[in-house]
Amino acid sequence: MIVRLMNEGQYRIDDDLLQQLNELDERATAAAEADDEQTLDDALDEMFSLVKSRGDALADDELTSSDILIPPSDLTLEETKELLTDEGFIPDLPAPT
Amino acid sequence: MPGLMNRASTVVKAKISKLLDRAEDPGETLDYSYEKQLELLQNVKRGVADVVTAKKRLELQTTQLEQSVVKLDSQARSALQAGREDLAREALQRKTVVQQQLQGLDQQVQGLQAQQEKLIASEKQLSARIEAFRSQKEVIKAQYSAADAQVKIGEAATGIGEQMADTGLAIQRAKDKTEQMQARAAAVDELVAAGTLEDFTSGGETDLDRQLAQVAAGTQVDSELEKMKAELGAGDPQKELER
Repeated sequence: MIVRLMNEGQYRIDDDLLQQLNELDERATAAAEADDEQTLDDALDEMFSLVKSRGDALADDELTSSDILIPPSDLTLEETKELLTDEGFIPDLPAPT
Repeated sequence: MPGLMNRASTVVKAKISKLLDRAEDPGETLDYSYEKQLELLQNVKRGVADVVTAKKRLELQTTQLEQSVVKLDSQARSALQAGREDLAREALQRKTVVQQQLQGLDQQVQGLQAQQEKLIASEKQLSARIEAFRSQKEVIKAQYSAADAQVKIGEAATGIGEQMADTGLAIQRAKDKTEQMQARAAAVDELVAAGTLEDFTSGGETDLDRQLAQVAAGTQVDSELEKMKAELGAGDPQKELER
């Protein structure tokens, strides 16, 4: 599995780690829906540090798309929610000229 | 219920496929995608430059405010020596205001520094991937049949598209942060200009300066008078009496 820590880079992770991430992701999702920013940020921080310590960073010249993306914890609650809508908090890619 | 991780990926993938749909044949998709990558890289470089400029301005303001803290401190000291506790108190109150401003500025400069580092790392990753994409693109164009090329292009373009989306997010956030900082820096400038803080740093005389100068001048006049009286008295007291 390839996971991208948004604004940090991509990592290759094993199934054990994925399982742990899924548990944290559930906690994060529930927190986002309950507007509990502190719990959300803590869960995201934990996910980031787990991936950084146990995943293998992809080389800069590897062109692989990620299976999952983890948002950074320094977004505001509103930004995180917006990120997950169809519009997305991610700006549009450069438009065709 | 899909989690945050999956929802975020879905959003990004939707953006990328929208982007790729704009080009029709495989070769065109590659060239088009490559062009967009270069555009984005230029945006990142500009973003880094903006962050650096904003940071420099805040650092300059920090230095100015630090100087005024030192100045206000020594003014308070001289005022106290001259027995003007009221002036000393005023100088110290202003020092507190300036120190509060300084604290805020420090945090902002640190925030910008972090933003700058992230952006530079992002730029490095994007450059490396663009380079990898460029060479893959030529291989794909030369070696693959149309059907195989389509698959390969999909992979390469999605991989790089995701990097573009992520870098785009980093730039947008840096831009937001820089704008906030600029607004804040402008607000400090305005405070200074409006005299709320007074421009302790410009070298111009403030009211406090003038009052302290008066106190100092007063003390000096007194002591010179004393000295003259003493000299006259000790030098030739008879003369004075004779007249």
